[in-house]
Amino acid sequence: MKIAIPVNEMRVEAEVCVSFGRAPYFLFYDTESRETEFIPNPAAAAQGGAGIKAAQAIVDGAANVLLTVRSGENAAEVFHAAKIMVYKTTKVTAKENIDEFEKGQLAQMTHFHAGFHGKI
Amino acid sequence: MRIAVLSGKGGTGKTFVSVNLAVTAKNAVYIDCDVEEPNGRLFFKPQNIKEDEVHTLLPRLFEEKCIGCRKCVDLCRFNALSLIKNKPIVFQEVCHSCGACSLVCPTGAIYEVERPIGVVESGFYGTVQVVTGILNVGEASGVPVIRNALKAENAEKKTMIIDCPPGSACTVMESVQTADYCVLVVEATAFGLHNFKMVYELVTLLKKPCGIVINKGDHVYAQLESFCKENNIPVLCRIPYKEKLARIGARAGIACEEDEETGEQFLALLEKIKGEVEK
Repeated sequence: MKIAIPVNEMRVEAEVCVSFGRAPYFLFYDTESRETEFIPNPAAAAQGGAGIKAAQAIVDGAANVLLTVRSGENAAEVFHAAKIMVYKTTKVTAKENIDEFEKGQLAQMTHFHAGFHGKI
Repeated sequence: MRIAVLSGKGGTGKTFVSVNLAVTAKNAVYIDCDVEEPNGRLFFKPQNIKEDEVHTLLPRLFEEKCIGCRKCVDLCRFNALSLIKNKPIVFQEVCHSCGACSLVCPTGAIYEVERPIGVVESGFYGTVQVVTGILNVGEASGVPVIRNALKAENAEKKTMIIDCPPGSACTVMESVQTADYCVLVVEATAFGLHNFKMVYELVTLLKKPCGIVINKGDHVYAQLESFCKENNIPVLCRIPYKEKLARIGARAGIACEEDEETGEQFLALLEKIKGEVEK
């Protein structure tokens, strides 16, 4: 299984970024091989539709699961269509949240906030 | 002659100035571009109304033609498309109707459909043609409705009064784009001056000549006066606060028809604007 997490820095001990769409990097963690990979978020500086573009990067990275502080409803629609499960983080660092997830301690996200864009 | 009336801050008297200017000019077209909350029509109560629906375009997919090449998704600068299981999905609130996706599609799998987003009403108040742009509630952008409202072109070279939305965003830029002159309605307060500076910057950027009308301008607000002096902005008119005007406004009356002094003031204002445009 592949887990994706928005992070502030390119290390496993990095803090989970409070924004999904505008996070600087995404961490991908493979639960079988225990390998990690970091990619820059292509939507970090997008003018609009950042959540959609960021979600696309998660889909393209072939993640099965996303651990995040929050997510917008457009991104949620992408995850739903791509059958990616979204879980809410409870700890500060990416590593801590991976451990929590593997212990089955994280709950699925039920609330997705409305978009901030397109309301000009 | 196309005169745009704008203000930055809401509630300074754009509609008051626009409606009275149109009535004073008699042979005029009044266009309400404040499409989220058009209220000029409350004063005019226009007759013989014709309605035109305004549409925007939205991409749709012929699934069997799509080869999942992703060109549309990568090209969309608004990120309104995503590719899931090799098929694009469209986010309609994010789409700006630019049509690039259908142009770039190599197999002609994307076509565009019309989606209604508002209406443009046109009617008459005596000799004044009253055009009102109305955006449907919940729609994200009023720009297409404004564009259609401004198309109410007149062959007879009537005076056109464009009642702009508040603020200095895209909708305001769209509204003033074709204007020959901009009238900035200002309130003589710190808040009024702050927002006036923003629209002043906007019209300067668009290279539009402008002048100001100070509404409820009984007292002198020194900062406003010195800002106008420094930047050579003509003060076209000062409308004093009068309880009578407030009463007329509250029952949706037209002040220049009911109050002689106001009538004379708007006549003088219109002449001044004509003079400024001819400069």
